[in-house]
Amino acid sequence: MEASSTAAAGGPRPNLSRGRTPRSVGESIIKALLFVAALISIATTVGIVVSLLAETIEFFSQVGILEYLLGTKWTPLAGGDQKSFGVLPLISGTLYLTALGLIVAVPLGLGSAIYLAEYASPRARRIIKPVLELLAGIPTIVLGYFALTFITPVVLQGIFGIEVLIFNALSAGLALGVLILPVVATLADDALRSVPSSLREGAFGLGASKPQVVLRVVFPAALSGIVAALVLAASRAIGETVIVLVAGGASANLGIDPRESFQNMAAFIAQTARGDIAAQSVEFLTIFAVGTTLFVMTLILNAISIRFVRRFQQVYE
Amino acid sequence: MSVAEAPAARAVVRGSSSGARLREILFPAALLLCIGFAMLTLVVLLVDVAVDGIPVLSGEFITGFPSQIFPERSGIQSALVGTLLLMAVCAVFIVPVGTATAIYLEEYADNNRWWNRLIEVNIQNLAAVPSIVYGILGLAFLVRGPLELGRVVLAGALTLGLLVLPVVIIVGREAIRAVPSSIREGSMALGATQWQTIWKQVLPGALPGIATGVILALSRAIGETAPLIVVGAASFARFNPNDLTSDPFSALPIQILAWVQDPQDEFRALAAGAILVLLFLLLLMNAGAIYLRNRFEQKW
Repeated sequence: MEASSTAAAGGPRPNLSRGRTPRSVGESIIKALLFVAALISIATTVGIVVSLLAETIEFFSQVGILEYLLGTKWTPLAGGDQKSFGVLPLISGTLYLTALGLIVAVPLGLGSAIYLAEYASPRARRIIKPVLELLAGIPTIVLGYFALTFITPVVLQGIFGIEVLIFNALSAGLALGVLILPVVATLADDALRSVPSSLREGAFGLGASKPQVVLRVVFPAALSGIVAALVLAASRAIGETVIVLVAGGASANLGIDPRESFQNMAAFIAQTARGDIAAQSVEFLTIFAVGTTLFVMTLILNAISIRFVRRFQQVYE
Repeated sequence: MSVAEAPAARAVVRGSSSGARLREILFPAALLLCIGFAMLTLVVLLVDVAVDGIPVLSGEFITGFPSQIFPERSGIQSALVGTLLLMAVCAVFIVPVGTATAIYLEEYADNNRWWNRLIEVNIQNLAAVPSIVYGILGLAFLVRGPLELGRVVLAGALTLGLLVLPVVIIVGREAIRAVPSSIREGSMALGATQWQTIWKQVLPGALPGIATGVILALSRAIGETAPLIVVGAASFARFNPNDLTSDPFSALPIQILAWVQDPQDEFRALAAGAILVLLFLLLLMNAGAIYLRNRFEQKW
């Protein structure tokens, strides 16, 4: 819209000055330079794909692709016969930790969003919004510290008396929930607020109470935006590294006991990259194979989220 | 019949309406609990870190170098210097590239061209790529591979820059879009070229918004740990990097991680102290962003 209106305004000029003046040559050079800057983002994507794929292909020349995708034991750093490259425990650990985070963040985040969008006075909004932004801005290493030194010993072992290991899925999952709660709350708030007020007024006019209006009219109308928010939050939790590295522990666990130690894909990559492992060894190449797996998973989730956002924009515009 | 039914009907209406009234009170109360929980978590987190970290804060903590043996003599100088260098180089990279991309997409790009739409979708996608994957990119292309910079500040800063570039672009575009087209048309009507219009009219108007985006991006970058782990930042740097392209470097999040993972409580306390320094830097940056927004915000 903006670009076309400026293009229209700039359109007649070259006709008046006729031909390529030094001025219009300069203009084209500037435009070309700006385009090159915009291409850096494309180069980033290409770079990510190339860096992942090159070494992943090298990895699969040494490890069978079926062994990787279907194997149930992930011990690439073990010695000799104990070495095993089945990625399923890492994938299930990633999904399990994400699910724990969502269990915390979805009800609390949606509750916060509904309050913000439908109940909060403008003054309350001015206080609550910055607090959520503050929470969203806390670095994940700080949440990891909080999980390890507070959630596990004080909340889980102390207040609730749960016998968890020092590194456990429950504490990491709760911290992941704190991480994505502001994401859910902020995006769902946007979705709810974009529902036109005529829908609310119509429902009130038919005699509905406020909870009915919110739950049966506004919430369904905002559903695709809310789903997009949840998918984006899930993709944040799937790719989170440091919380799991610090609080989740280092065992690729195929089980579902939240008191045990779990690892996700990102934390495995970080742990392996820190160790003294020879580059080009098959152990080191796992970084790229697992990185590719993680990248593909988040890419799929993001595509789903964009699709939902599109649907949601079409409804009221 | 109708007379006999009337009170009963009224009773039903009254019963449902008192139930509804109860629901009208309980529902927002439950919602408020959700927000209360989020706020409480933030408060507990900050108090927990402050209680653990304030005792270790001192002049020597800021100026000392990390030690793996003596917690009482450990400090964060090399990590703090590393973080400040990373932020400076990152800013030098993202300000021109991010602003140029935002200008291109808002002022020049014709959305009917497939490559322009590709750039847009691509930026959306990049914003959702996990930060550890950027670390892999940095390791493969900057530390090793074609550029072969090694495990140095420049490689770390560029990796962080690529990671937060979408933030600068997205916020920058909004700021540019907020400049009304009447300003552009007025400038062009007076004979300015398109670039003169952008440089002299649009950019000054969008500057506070762009600056806010850059600060937001840097406050995301300053807390990032995962990409720096993969790029190979040092956990215990005993000296500051002398330049950007040859010495090993550390950063606050990396130093915090190393101390958090130490089983000794004395070192955990050092982690809390370093977290306080990190949060203080974040607070400064956000205060700067709020100041910019309030001081220079233009009403068109």
